[in-house]
Amino acid sequence: MTPMTRRSFLQTTVAGTAALGLSNSLFYRSASAQTALTVGFIYVGPKDDYGYNQAHAEGAAVIKALPGVTIIEEENVPETVDVQKTMESMINLDGAGLIFPTSFGYFDPHMLAMAEKYPDVQFRHCGGLWQEGKNPANTGSYFGYIGQGQYLNGINAGYATKSKKIGFVAAKPIPQVLQNINSFLLGARSVDPTITCQVIFTGEWSLAVKEAEATNALIDQGADVITCHVDSPKVVVETAAGRGAFICGYHANQSPLAPEKYLTGAEWAWGNVYTDFIKKAQAGEPLGNFVRGGLKDGFVKMSPLGPGVSEEARKKFDATLAEIKTGTFSVFKGPLKDNKGADVVTAGQAFAEDAIELESMAYLVEGVVGSTS
Amino acid sequence: MTIQANLSSEPVLSTRNPSAVLEWLARQAEPVVISLGAILAGLALFSIFIVLVGKSPIDLFKLMYTGGFGSWFSIQNSLSRAAPLLLTGLCVALPARLGLVIIGGEGAVVLGGVAAAAAALPLIGVLPPAIVLVIMAVAGMIMGGIWIGLAGLLRHYRGVNETISSLLLAYIAIALMNHVIEGVLRDPASLNKPSTTPLPADYMLGNIPGMDVNWGLAIGVVACIVSWIIIETTSVGFAARIAGGNVRAAQIQGLPVGQLIVGFTALAGTFAGLAGMVEVAAVQGSANASLAAGYGYTGILVAFLARHNPLAIIPVAILLGGIDASGGLIQRRLGLPDATVLVLQGTLFIVILFCETLYGRFKMFNPDLWKRSA
Amino acid sequence: MEDGIGIWGVPLAILAGAIRVSTPFIFVSLGEAITERSGRINLGLEGTLVFGAMTAYAVAVMSGSPYIGVLAAMATGAIFGLVHGFICKFPKVNDIAIGIAMMQFGLGLAFFLGKPFIQPVAPRLPSISLGGWSDLPQVQSALTINVLFIVGGLLALALWWAFRNTRIGLILRVVGDSSDAARAMGLNPDTVRLLATAAGGALAAIGGAYLSLYYPGSWNEGISSGQGLMAVALVIFARWNPIGCFLAALLFGGAGALGPALQSVGVTQGYYLFYAAPYVLTLAILIATSSPTRALVGAPGALSITK
Repeated sequence: MTPMTRRSFLQTTVAGTAALGLSNSLFYRSASAQTALTVGFIYVGPKDDYGYNQAHAEGAAVIKALPGVTIIEEENVPETVDVQKTMESMINLDGAGLIFPTSFGYFDPHMLAMAEKYPDVQFRHCGGLWQEGKNPANTGSYFGYIGQGQYLNGINAGYATKSKKIGFVAAKPIPQVLQNINSFLLGARSVDPTITCQVIFTGEWSLAVKEAEATNALIDQGADVITCHVDSPKVVVETAAGRGAFICGYHANQSPLAPEKYLTGAEWAWGNVYTDFIKKAQAGEPLGNFVRGGLKDGFVKMSPLGPGVSEEARKKFDATLAEIKTGTFSVFKGPLKDNKGADVVTAGQAFAEDAIELESMAYLVEGVVGSTS
Repeated sequence: MTIQANLSSEPVLSTRNPSAVLEWLARQAEPVVISLGAILAGLALFSIFIVLVGKSPIDLFKLMYTGGFGSWFSIQNSLSRAAPLLLTGLCVALPARLGLVIIGGEGAVVLGGVAAAAAALPLIGVLPPAIVLVIMAVAGMIMGGIWIGLAGLLRHYRGVNETISSLLLAYIAIALMNHVIEGVLRDPASLNKPSTTPLPADYMLGNIPGMDVNWGLAIGVVACIVSWIIIETTSVGFAARIAGGNVRAAQIQGLPVGQLIVGFTALAGTFAGLAGMVEVAAVQGSANASLAAGYGYTGILVAFLARHNPLAIIPVAILLGGIDASGGLIQRRLGLPDATVLVLQGTLFIVILFCETLYGRFKMFNPDLWKRSA
Repeated sequence: MEDGIGIWGVPLAILAGAIRVSTPFIFVSLGEAITERSGRINLGLEGTLVFGAMTAYAVAVMSGSPYIGVLAAMATGAIFGLVHGFICKFPKVNDIAIGIAMMQFGLGLAFFLGKPFIQPVAPRLPSISLGGWSDLPQVQSALTINVLFIVGGLLALALWWAFRNTRIGLILRVVGDSSDAARAMGLNPDTVRLLATAAGGALAAIGGAYLSLYYPGSWNEGISSGQGLMAVALVIFARWNPIGCFLAALLFGGAGALGPALQSVGVTQGYYLFYAAPYVLTLAILIATSSPTRALVGAPGALSITK
């Protein structure tokens, strides 16, 4: 075999891509040099999972329509050396200038290692905690304050529950999940402070049968409104609706799966976020290293309210949503105890949605039945 | 050892006369020619599938070449993916020489990784990196050896089928790993991905000089060579081959079958445990749920394709790594799903394993038949 | 808490879980029992199960009938079995290795062809309510039993009887114990094994159809968490006895329900270990019931895995 020089390799690749009808903009590197941009998206699961990955893929589809943007996507990429090589392959073979690794586990060490190796390429990661001085300047993280969406879910759950017991199917006890569980209960308790929330951890991000079993176990114990934080809520939604429980959705809009029982849902609106990144990149502006936003910024949205939502619930929901959109609302305000009796937020203290403390939450609040380990 | 005196053993290579060299070459050529023929036949079948789904196989194979081996970057990509498979392939191939089917190497990988990470925790900053890495490797190997050795132990002393027990042990190992990395070993700073405390950069097992491939590749290649030497040249390997052919005959010969079974399964687990250590020390920097990435299961395929020959594991693992490396490009350029590479791998494996039946059927590879017809 | 049933939820969940979760294990293990009785092992039923799940779901979406979906799954499962059986009749071909390769192929093809069917909703298989005597909705729900579970139970009984009392059962046993003896009786072992593997594949695909069309009732790439692989292991655990397969599947399903049930009554620590309960239990029973000196009772003599 003759050793392939970089030039002959480039020629083959260009010839190959031209034959496939792709644009000739694949070797774009710097935002200011050209307006054309190749953007790589990496998903940890299938991109049509009715959940986490679908929400990102829908966002990617939005920017696909923008002029001068080429999208390249890879799904089912594990959080191993595979994702490092996928990023490198997108850069070396497809000329990606901006990469969105969308799973939390891609951040450290995988994306950080690639960012140091390819300083001309921009990396923006979903969910990570980018730290100035510690992480490379060509990286950054973005995330949405979806906990407020779970709080609004909780308000609807609080009105819908008759047993005063609501249920949460969760994957793993990590801060993003714990914050959602706590927000869901606090929303429900804003309606009736006697409500409790039972949580069951499945231990995995995607495990269909166990998610169904967990939903059944919650309903057997009297929970009559269910929500979840797993990668694909489809199984939880369908199982809960089959048992007659109400559902609050997560990640994407699952109301088509159970139109009668679906109250509302906390959805990502990544299309807005990605569009903003692309516009900045094309204009040659800095992308920002720590990008966060909530309902008021259009990072997160609520599913349309379902037929099971009462007039009273609708009023409180609308009022709270309006208050959240002013930016003055705090879900976590003192005095607040965890479910072991320790004070976690002191009286008078209130965390705004962008409080960095919330991103390392390690407790379940009083009223949640479950354990963080 | 006395066994060798009892049984005639052919010399591997005799250079006394040119026809002996030719005969040796003919015997060596058989697996190479049959394997390559099988790969071509498998690719042909896969091409039909690709035509049926409306894509051009030519484009696909071009892209696979580009993505797997078409540039120095792609070659390194393939080698990086092959590295863990060398060790997990050995985890299946070694017991297979004794007739044992171990399918739970994944368990040894994850627990080996956890053991390595745990062993490093108290030593960071106390001992120099090189020594810590050696201790990590030993910890991972011991843990992996115990885990798979347990399947061998249960097989010999309790008659428990090793295929089932190793599979059950793998599920149990993954549960244990999750339990400790979200419990006692969890680094409180590992927010949304529970992990052990990460190794500092200078304690990481780096890349092979001049390459963007970590030392796992070199470790895996050395492990394959060492395993080959053990099986082909030592009395222990010789005894294992006899026991693998016929357990009763081996017992009548007075071979310590029990020790062989436990020893070979433990050695197999040692390699899988080492794969876990490399994953922690060279890739992840900590033990976390990504240790259960399926390397143990892919190792089963590697070993069966290599016909349980440790040296053949090297090209097979690189071939698999290359197919895997090209998968991304196929998704991005052709819009085919990620499962395309699974279909290709499945097709190739079925055809290659089917072609086992061709061994011994071609006169040109069998010097004994030359003489008979001459 | 007036609607909760407290600690009684745990045994109830184990019962309900055994019924809900066990059906795929029942069908795969019964199918594998037929195949292994003929002296072959098909380790690739995980791939057949997943392909069956995809086929059943896709055909149910397109035809609007879950029953046609199940039949289509059975047909594809039989084809997978026939391919395995055909390849393995050639000398020197290793049935275990072919099984692993077929598993990879089946998974890949199912994921490849199943992409367009992740989103649509398929009609579900119906269930029969046997809990009408109870006022508790939990009990009613636990006793809402799918037709396939009942079919699986009856099939286990029928196979148990057939293995002992019918000519087909005898043929299977003879072929499974010794190819030479079978040939001496004028039987063709390859044909018998081919048909036995096809039957095994068809049954395994029904297990997949249950997953996608009833519980959890959805098609995606993570629908199976290794049920097909575990069910093959359960056959050896059950000593190739169909009723043993049924009971082993129930035990495994029930143990799997333990984790979520314990969390739902507040036993929340160490859930990973509870989730490992089915595997630990199976291993413990295997260790307790195996013996190094006597061969496995009921093991077909020609089976490669027990040699």
